[in-house]
Amino acid sequence: MMEEDDFDPEVIKRFMFVNRRAPYGTVYALESLETVLISAAFDQDVSVVFLDDGVFQLKKGQDTTGINMKNFSPTFRALEGYDVEKLYVEKESLEARGLTEADLVVDVEVLGTDELREIMAAQDVVISA
Amino acid sequence: MLHTVNKSPLERNTLDSCLRLAKSGSAILLIEDGVYGALRGTGAADRIAARISDFKIYVLGPDMAARGLTGAPLVDGIEIIDYGGFVDLVAEHEAQQAWL
Repeated sequence: MMEEDDFDPEVIKRFMFVNRRAPYGTVYALESLETVLISAAFDQDVSVVFLDDGVFQLKKGQDTTGINMKNFSPTFRALEGYDVEKLYVEKESLEARGLTEADLVVDVEVLGTDELREIMAAQDVVISA
Repeated sequence: MLHTVNKSPLERNTLDSCLRLAKSGSAILLIEDGVYGALRGTGAADRIAARISDFKIYVLGPDMAARGLTGAPLVDGIEIIDYGGFVDLVAEHEAQQAWL
């Protein structure tokens, strides 16, 4: 018997991925990015947020050759090709780390805390890392 | 939205970010090491006390008990719940955001 809550491809849900950690000290940032790429296959309304130390994931000029880890920052530029076009950065987090939009590897929408709060509250699913 | 916070506010900024970005009226549940955020008299207590009227803030009793905190004085307005209460909160809210 079919359950009523079986996956329905016609239902588009709002998925938000929230990144709050710097890129290489833990595996959270890379794992989150891989989850975003997987979610893109399901044609949902996906957005990705960078706040707190998560904004460091987008810093230009990352060179990981000396630490033997994959530099995944170029992948953020490929998200557009997967129809993941909503990249939000919290203005306050950026400023607290001495960064500006010009320091980032990809075009993003910089939002103040108040704007971001409203967008977060309107999501169906929030996945944090 | 039900927000959960599972890190100590004395070690990480998880609780502060939750308080900054959660919408007024949201429920916030402190679990795991997040329960330290409910205690009165810590370096973080004033920050949660200042927002207590904006949210409904809960703390998970079993996680307090595990840390020897049963009966410890809490910031005024924080409600202790058990696992059944946790289930009720999840059922009452359409979405959940885990602050890690």
